[in-house]
Amino acid sequence: MQQFLTTALTGLTLGMVYAAFALALVLIWRSTRIVNFAQAPMAMITTYVALVVIDAGYSYWIGFAVALVAGLVLGAVVERVVVRPVEGKSEINAVILTLGLFIVIHALAAVIFGSRYRSFPAPFGLRGFQVGDLNLAITGFGIFTIVAVLVVMALLVALFRLTDLGLMMRASAFNAEVARLLGVKVGRMLTLGWALAALVGSLAGLLIAGGSLVHPSYMDSVVVYGFVAAVLGGLDSPAGAVVGGLLLGVSLSFVSGYVGSELVALAALVILMLVLLLRPGGLFSHAAERRV
Amino acid sequence: MLQVQDLTTSYGPVKALDGVSFEAPRGKITAVLGANGAGKTTLLRTVSGLIRPARGAAYLEGADLTRTPAEAMPGLGLSHVPEGRGVITELTVEENLRLGGLARADRSRPADLERVYTLFPVLSDRRRALAHVLSGGERQMLVIGRALMATPKVLLLDEPSLGLAPRIVAQIFDLLRGLVESDGLTVVLVEQNARSALSIADFGVVLNLGRLIVHDDAATLAADEKLRHAYLGF
Ligand SMILES: Nc1ncnc2c1ncn2[C@@H]1O[C@H](COP(=O)(O)OP(=O)(O)OP(=O)(O)O)[C@@H](O)[C@H]1O
Ligand SMILES: [Mg+2]
Repeated sequence: MQQFLTTALTGLTLGMVYAAFALALVLIWRSTRIVNFAQAPMAMITTYVALVVIDAGYSYWIGFAVALVAGLVLGAVVERVVVRPVEGKSEINAVILTLGLFIVIHALAAVIFGSRYRSFPAPFGLRGFQVGDLNLAITGFGIFTIVAVLVVMALLVALFRLTDLGLMMRASAFNAEVARLLGVKVGRMLTLGWALAALVGSLAGLLIAGGSLVHPSYMDSVVVYGFVAAVLGGLDSPAGAVVGGLLLGVSLSFVSGYVGSELVALAALVILMLVLLLRPGGLFSHAAERRV
Repeated sequence: MLQVQDLTTSYGPVKALDGVSFEAPRGKITAVLGANGAGKTTLLRTVSGLIRPARGAAYLEGADLTRTPAEAMPGLGLSHVPEGRGVITELTVEENLRLGGLARADRSRPADLERVYTLFPVLSDRRRALAHVLSGGERQMLVIGRALMATPKVLLLDEPSLGLAPRIVAQIFDLLRGLVESDGLTVVLVEQNARSALSIADFGVVLNLGRLIVHDDAATLAADEKLRHAYLGF
């Protein structure tokens, strides 16, 4: 019981982070058909920004906020400077550019921040709670992780579902030409979409780093899990990405807890292959609703 | 109202539109007719700024549309309903309609939505449904309603009859005629279905291989047997 609960709660926390990261990938994929391989190093660099701010003597929360804003700006800049010039050409061009960006940001981070491990603070305790004689694995920081991701997701849902801006962003993603003809400034919507995606990615980066160690490639495995989660959810669906992230987090946590932690990466790959073989449109796809 | 002057558009070496000039007068329906590949869609896409012309221009109340980005068109009073309808199937019926009203300075008011729902009661029953579930005729009504949400002065329609049953086509054309009469809307109606189009249009323009063959009263064109056989297929 104790181990089961611990494993499930760890998985849930981890799943929330994967969900956030998957969401960042999906936001970009569904509006531009680009898998943003640079998402992980972008999140890494904004986490370093937070570290610089915190090391300069400011509080964790100032560092946290500055990193999120840095993510927003970085996403917008990447869209304008790197992606925009190849817009309208084959998507593979942009994908290759994001791979290039992956390498460039890595190199830059190593030059600017050094490539040694540095510890990153957490605003809440990292010890589990005691309930009766049950030692819950959920930590204060774990709860913060879950709440932070839920809040950001709720805000995104509200933006997309309830506001005119969100409606224009969705229209641009689904049918750019029709959106333009209806007066939507599609270019701006794409920039904003990349900015928001990078913000969500940065959040994932901060949450993974919390109470742990950062170095220039600490996010790289997360991009793999985030991608698997996004594929589980069908790549096109933000809600699917979230469910996919949670499923993956919990599954991998059980593999790690009951089978062996060295098999986690392999399990993720097996899940990815099974989904691609059996339900290439994602777990929740309805054939009729897929776009052609 | 809408003046097209010497409009010439090329796709690489191919001239899809070659020196086309005509005027679509205010409060009238001008049908643009011609066979497949005549350049009808290219004409509309050039007018609404989706493609840059090699030569010539199109003016709406003095403003040169061909030097204006497509997203500025609704603000200038021009709505373009593209070929293949352009329903955003991932959005609900009401979201599609709301989107149509966002370009206006005063944004869409609930009254505009209600007006569209009155014009098209079938849409009213499906407000919250994804546009994906609509039939072809309903989709055509949705895109016309969505265009009306921007309260345009000029409406460009690219083959609204495509794939629709004659009864539905007649219904949609009647409605267009009504809008022209009640609101003074100016319509440019691209059609392959020349007979139906000429039956509701005031004027007609016939294109062939990118060139303007004739521009005259709809009734005159419909009565010209040689023209009908050569270009209009009826
Ligand atoms: N994107 C494009 N690239 C290259 N050539 C094109 C393109 N779009 C159209 N054309 C060519 O331009 C010419 C005019 O095409 P257009 O689509 O304007 O014709 P249309 O009158 O609308 O035909 P239809 O009735 O079949 O819709 C055709 O020869 C077509 O092959
Ligand atoms: Mg056409």
